[in-house]
Amino acid sequence: MEFLGYRRPDGRVGVRNKILILPASVCASDTAGIVAGQVEGAVTFHNQNGCSQVGADQQMTVDVMAGYAANPNVYGTVVISLGCENCQMDLVAAAIRERTNKPLEQFIIQECGGTVRTVELAVRAAREMAAEASRMQKEPFPMSELIVGTECGGSDPTSGLASNPLIGEMSDRMVSLGGTSILSETTEFIGAEHILARRGATPEISQRIYDIVHRYEKALQLVGEEVRAGNPSPGNKAGGLTTLEEKSLGCIHKGGHTSVNAVYDYAKPVEAHKGLVIMDTPGNDPSSVAGMVAGGCQVVVFSTGRGTPTGNPIAPVIKITGNKLTFAKMEDNIDLDASPVLYGPQSLEEMGDVLMAELQAVASGKLTKAEALGFTEMAIARVCNYV
Amino acid sequence: MNAMMIDPKDNVAVAIEPIRKGEEIVLRGGAAGVTATEEITIYHKVAVRPIAKGEPVVKYGEHIGLASADIAPGSHVHTHNVADHREVL
Repeated sequence: MEFLGYRRPDGRVGVRNKILILPASVCASDTAGIVAGQVEGAVTFHNQNGCSQVGADQQMTVDVMAGYAANPNVYGTVVISLGCENCQMDLVAAAIRERTNKPLEQFIIQECGGTVRTVELAVRAAREMAAEASRMQKEPFPMSELIVGTECGGSDPTSGLASNPLIGEMSDRMVSLGGTSILSETTEFIGAEHILARRGATPEISQRIYDIVHRYEKALQLVGEEVRAGNPSPGNKAGGLTTLEEKSLGCIHKGGHTSVNAVYDYAKPVEAHKGLVIMDTPGNDPSSVAGMVAGGCQVVVFSTGRGTPTGNPIAPVIKITGNKLTFAKMEDNIDLDASPVLYGPQSLEEMGDVLMAELQAVASGKLTKAEALGFTEMAIARVCNYV
Repeated sequence: MNAMMIDPKDNVAVAIEPIRKGEEIVLRGGAAGVTATEEITIYHKVAVRPIAKGEPVVKYGEHIGLASADIAPGSHVHTHNVADHREVL
């Protein structure tokens, strides 16, 4: 099984060919937005962070920025910083260079002489980069080059019965093909961590699974908060999910049945050809997806019960639902109806063929519903308040 | 078939069609011998066994919480009669 992708100079394979206009901080975000709007194939996002953060928080932000620039769906990156922020240009550029040797341009607003001059310089650089990117030709690559991120959002009981088991089937197939599948959302392991821990490839990995769950719970308790305060959400409950444990036991089906071969911290580089791995991310969808995309995943497969629009600036997000009513109501946002897993006529295995074919098509360039709508929302996970 | 029981250890099933009060619960294996005592919204849970107050509610063969009231077979099982309970796993 092969897909048509783009070979990058660092050896990775992309499924899109974007120019990333990367704001190093909140203060550069609007300028980056103007630049991206002027260049075909350019993408950006509103970076809420990049300044006034404690060390661990800033590291997460830097890891997302560097990971986005290094993601193989990106041809090259134009970084725009304000100049005085904590995420200094040299720090961001060094973090990117640690991960990739792809094209990189840098503009500092306070040195260029304000927004208008920065826009002029950055648009020229990005336009040249876009012209170079357009000369790339797609080549066939085995599916094993893919790192697939898995996510569930707006869950309901059909997530655990149909769409997540279907994602698990895809995950098992990606593992047997020699690729990588990422299971994420640590808060939604709570109550199911013992099942995942049993599948750790080594005792150390099993212990790490317990550790990331307990660390998350403890971190919230330290500030007097409880993970259950917003989880399950009102929509989860309206759909029929009663407790976090129930949600978690459905969530972990996305990981299929193979051994867990690694546990990665948020937004850290994920290895290709690694089988099933876990990334320690929040249950919050846009920030969990951002962590996996920063880890290098080229495609995200996302299950929903209530129906969600989530996209991403650089990775296509394939949306599936096992809720036949939601698919009928929100077909504009959802790529694949997984309800036959519950109602037939197709079996889980037959639906696995359908999802793998969709994954192959999207990896080869087919736009997802979220891409066709131009959806690029994302968030960066955080440790605590700004300073 | 109007409901699905995931694991033989479960004491709840998930309605996969809207179930009316008085309707029989029919699982993949056939009738569960339980009648819905109230309307069950599609994809919500229905008790297939009596669950005493304080007993675990079991789905996927795992505990998802504790019954906060006695739950009769055929009853809707949700936040009104299930309490969160964090277990050491």
